[in-house]
Amino acid sequence: MGELRIEARSLSKHWGDLKAVDDLSFTVDSGEVLGFLGPNGAGKSTTMKMLTGFLTPTSGTAVINGHDIISNSLAARQSIGYLPEGAPSYGELTVRQFLQFIARVRGFSGTQASSKANAAIERLNLTDVREQTIETLSKGFKRRVGLAQAILHDPAILILDEPTDGLDPNQKHEVRDLIHEMASDKIIIISTHILEEVSAVCNRAMIISDGRLLVDDTPAGLIGRSRYHNAVTLVVEQPEKVASRLSELPGARKVELREGELTVFPSEGAALLEVVSEAIRENHWDVSELRLEAGRLDEVFRQVTQEVQP
Amino acid sequence: MSQARHAILNVTRRELTGYFSTPVAWVFIVIFLVMAGVFTFYIGSFFERGISDLAPFFQFHPWLYLFLVPAISMRLWAEERRSGTVELLLTLPITTWQAVAGKFLAAWLFIGLALILTFPVWMTVNYLGSPDNGAIAAAYFGSWLMAGGFLAIGSCISALTQNQVVAFIISVVVCFGFLLSGLPMVMNLFSGWAPQAILDAIADFSFLAHFAAISKGVIDIRDVFYFGLVIVFWMIANTIILDLKKAD
Repeated sequence: MGELRIEARSLSKHWGDLKAVDDLSFTVDSGEVLGFLGPNGAGKSTTMKMLTGFLTPTSGTAVINGHDIISNSLAARQSIGYLPEGAPSYGELTVRQFLQFIARVRGFSGTQASSKANAAIERLNLTDVREQTIETLSKGFKRRVGLAQAILHDPAILILDEPTDGLDPNQKHEVRDLIHEMASDKIIIISTHILEEVSAVCNRAMIISDGRLLVDDTPAGLIGRSRYHNAVTLVVEQPEKVASRLSELPGARKVELREGELTVFPSEGAALLEVVSEAIRENHWDVSELRLEAGRLDEVFRQVTQEVQP
Repeated sequence: MSQARHAILNVTRRELTGYFSTPVAWVFIVIFLVMAGVFTFYIGSFFERGISDLAPFFQFHPWLYLFLVPAISMRLWAEERRSGTVELLLTLPITTWQAVAGKFLAAWLFIGLALILTFPVWMTVNYLGSPDNGAIAAAYFGSWLMAGGFLAIGSCISALTQNQVVAFIISVVVCFGFLLSGLPMVMNLFSGWAPQAILDAIADFSFLAHFAAISKGVIDIRDVFYFGLVIVFWMIANTIILDLKKAD
């Protein structure tokens, strides 16, 4: 079996002149839930398609649990559960027929295949629709069928391409819980363009744009890159007047007024909340709201992905 | 080896389940049987001939297959590519070749089933006279082999496109070429400029020529080998095309 690990080595995929994935190298270890972030067309899906053996890299390779994805593709695929983008499945089959097919191809036979399929059906709450053909199901159910198919053989590695796309908030929550439950002894890679998902389920995030790795960090680290990190925002009467006073405070680098909210940005390492609270008390400002900003992921995302654009 | 067989048969089984959970299978079988009957009894003058054999039945099989086999094969890969299931199938622990073989086998068995369901024709001829049943069995086998040839061509072409209608039309045209490649209308295109060896080779490619002997009940190992070769060649081409085009 070997140790649980994914190693991408200079993974590249070119379509003619277009470099969909360009010299991507990274390592993922057991227990990590890695989120691929990036604009549409950044190369997230292409990377996943190479890791799962669907696409052959133009150059470079990846090693999954000691199995090279090019020279030993079948062995590498054994330990992977994969949800392709859009969760495709055979619509004319019933949920049970489809999952039994997957179980048999995964090497289970007879009653064992049935019990694996049933376990996956229960895990994803598909019991009520198990005898329905997949094409008659709603988008949320189809996505869950796709997830059931991916986790059916209890793979050491889960690769999920936009697992919560098209789900309602409750269903999203269920899928995130499922990922949390399974995370401890597995490697899970998800791609998403929903930024809150990264803080919700991942313990590591990679931002990819134009096929290149731009940032590899923890979600907290990502948020820490935001200029809003440790900034203080308040809603107050006569904001213009207050703004000029605030900008004179020690540690305040800049004050911005946007949509009735005043935000004070700290200079490097300064802790502003106490200073601002002090100023409010002293000046008797009429403050209706005061909060410490953790940072804004969407802003980090925009900043990082647009920096590289020509 | 047993892993490969296991993989192929699982794909075959899934395909067949898919066939029979939609009306496609039943529509195909009914049309196949009706057409086979019409050709045999009306156009083939089965009764008027007064000979107790199934020549009028088998002689139209190539023409029946020309349209009905592409109708089966057109969806084999075009549909997988359109719906994205090809990504699911080819990231399971099976090789592309195993997937191609599994799907081919399912469609081939299905056509075999349609062929078996023509047994009332065989019962009729046995009721009316005493035909050479060995020859009839041989002709059935030959017909099924030829269907396999058409199917392998159609399956390969289906991998080229995501559009089933395009797959159908191109398959019919290519199959038509293979069917007729011994006849003057095709040969005239080549005679005059191509060397004799190539002319002979083209003439030798004709499905009609190879089927003619088998349909009379003569199993020549060369004819069997020919259809086997056609099937394997197009299945290999199918695998290569799929590996090149699957992600488009």
